[in-house]
Amino acid sequence: MKLVTAIIKPFKLDNVREALSDIGVQGITVTEVKGFGRQKGHTELYRGAEYVVDFLPKVKLEVAVGDDMAEKVTEAIRNAANTGKIGDGKIFIFPLVKAVRIRTGETDDEAL
Amino acid sequence: MNQVLEVSYALDTFYLLVMGAFVMWMAAGFAMLEAGLVRSKNTTEILLKNISLFAIACTMYMLVGYNIMYPGEGVSSFWPGISFFLGGDHAAAEVIAGGDDAPYYSGLADFFFQVVFVATAMSIVSGAVAERMKLWSFMYFAVIMTAFIYPMQGYWKWGGGFLDAAGFSDFAGSGVVHLCGATAALAGVLLLGARKGKYGPNGEISPITGANLPLATLGTFILWLGWFGFNGGSELKVSNIEEANAVAMVFVNTNASAAGGVIAAMVAAKLLFGKADLTMALNGALAGLVAITAEPLTPTPGAATLIGMVGGVLVVFAIVTIDKLRIDDPVGAISVHGVVGMWGVMAVPLTNGETAFSTQLYGLLVIFAWTFTTSFFTWFALKMIMGIRVTEEEEYEGMDLAECGMEAYPEFTSK
Repeated sequence: MKLVTAIIKPFKLDNVREALSDIGVQGITVTEVKGFGRQKGHTELYRGAEYVVDFLPKVKLEVAVGDDMAEKVTEAIRNAANTGKIGDGKIFIFPLVKAVRIRTGETDDEAL
Repeated sequence: MNQVLEVSYALDTFYLLVMGAFVMWMAAGFAMLEAGLVRSKNTTEILLKNISLFAIACTMYMLVGYNIMYPGEGVSSFWPGISFFLGGDHAAAEVIAGGDDAPYYSGLADFFFQVVFVATAMSIVSGAVAERMKLWSFMYFAVIMTAFIYPMQGYWKWGGGFLDAAGFSDFAGSGVVHLCGATAALAGVLLLGARKGKYGPNGEISPITGANLPLATLGTFILWLGWFGFNGGSELKVSNIEEANAVAMVFVNTNASAAGGVIAAMVAAKLLFGKADLTMALNGALAGLVAITAEPLTPTPGAATLIGMVGGVLVVFAIVTIDKLRIDDPVGAISVHGVVGMWGVMAVPLTNGETAFSTQLYGLLVIFAWTFTTSFFTWFALKMIMGIRVTEEEEYEGMDLAECGMEAYPEFTSK
């Protein structure tokens, strides 16, 4: 199993969610985060005092999938979240050791 | 004949009560403005300070402050004497029989109108000392300020003391209320110190951004509305043609000055910072309101707009300068009410031929000197006895949890 984690631009969330739904993904977890990559920030002024806005709002989503789905999910996210401009984000794939469905106790592939 | 007199008395009383209620609403304005400009971790605390100072002001002023400020017949033009609690109201027979000098509105209405002014003055302090002052130290200061410091200088002008005798003019309180409040704030801030992380060792100034700009804006509009009561009510009479017209002029000028303040502050911010800063626009509106408060009757609406505009420009520069002096004022209270309060007082002779710059300056200096000395002494005593600043850890954790045990924007709750 794999945990596919993606950092995307917030307004792309609906696109990505639809794309994942289309390939049969049944659950995702979403968090509001801030971050930056090579898209650096810029300075602003608040009441005359300068500050750097380098942490930009992003959305992190996490999907637990079987090994066979990992490639498809990654492609789907990448296509849906892409704008072609810097700051589009990144996808990370983690090995997932175990998964458990809390309600029934099912594990691993049955739990996904 | 009596009936007209009675209706006139009732109308003026009603007017004063309603205007007083408008000024009370300014307390909500200050609360929202300050809540919007501090960080979320300190919001509960500033709200608690705002509502408690209002309650303390009402109580102390009723107990002793009002009689100090309006003794009727003071012991001397400097010392009003002390007495406690409020007296009764004017009997109808006394009013009807009285002639030209007879009271023309309820005495308790006068108290009500005045008590909301002292609350306003005290409320100016809470914004300047936000995010690092102990709650209870602040409340003890409020007791002294509303019972004694404010009423004394209020007596010297509005109570018929020596400033009034000298010809000092302050219609609704640019000096008596706003400068007084700002001066007490300044004394406190100097002893309190800046928020941690605000000023760097090499002159750097870090912004500490407000958590809720919608609240700050709401607060400003509420203050703007309340100010119609503040200035409008200070005419103290509406029940004849001349007075009704005067009140209308005061409303129009108050509004015009606020508008001028917004425009000027926005333009100044755009020129200085490259973008219009909402918080500066809000401060600009208040600056316009403070600037016209000393004389909202004699200017034309055009002149009032200009007076407000000067206030708006002044406030932007004052905020930046005071920050450069490393005096930390989270909401700009000292700039809005102090610096512009002084402008308001000095602008009076520009449109009021019965006043002079020299007497205005004299009044301004007296108010400042008295308020600064007594406030500084009080803050210092509080600092020695119980401390006025929270610990560094409490400041980092946030005053809401440290002092109030309650978050303003709770996120992780168990239910």
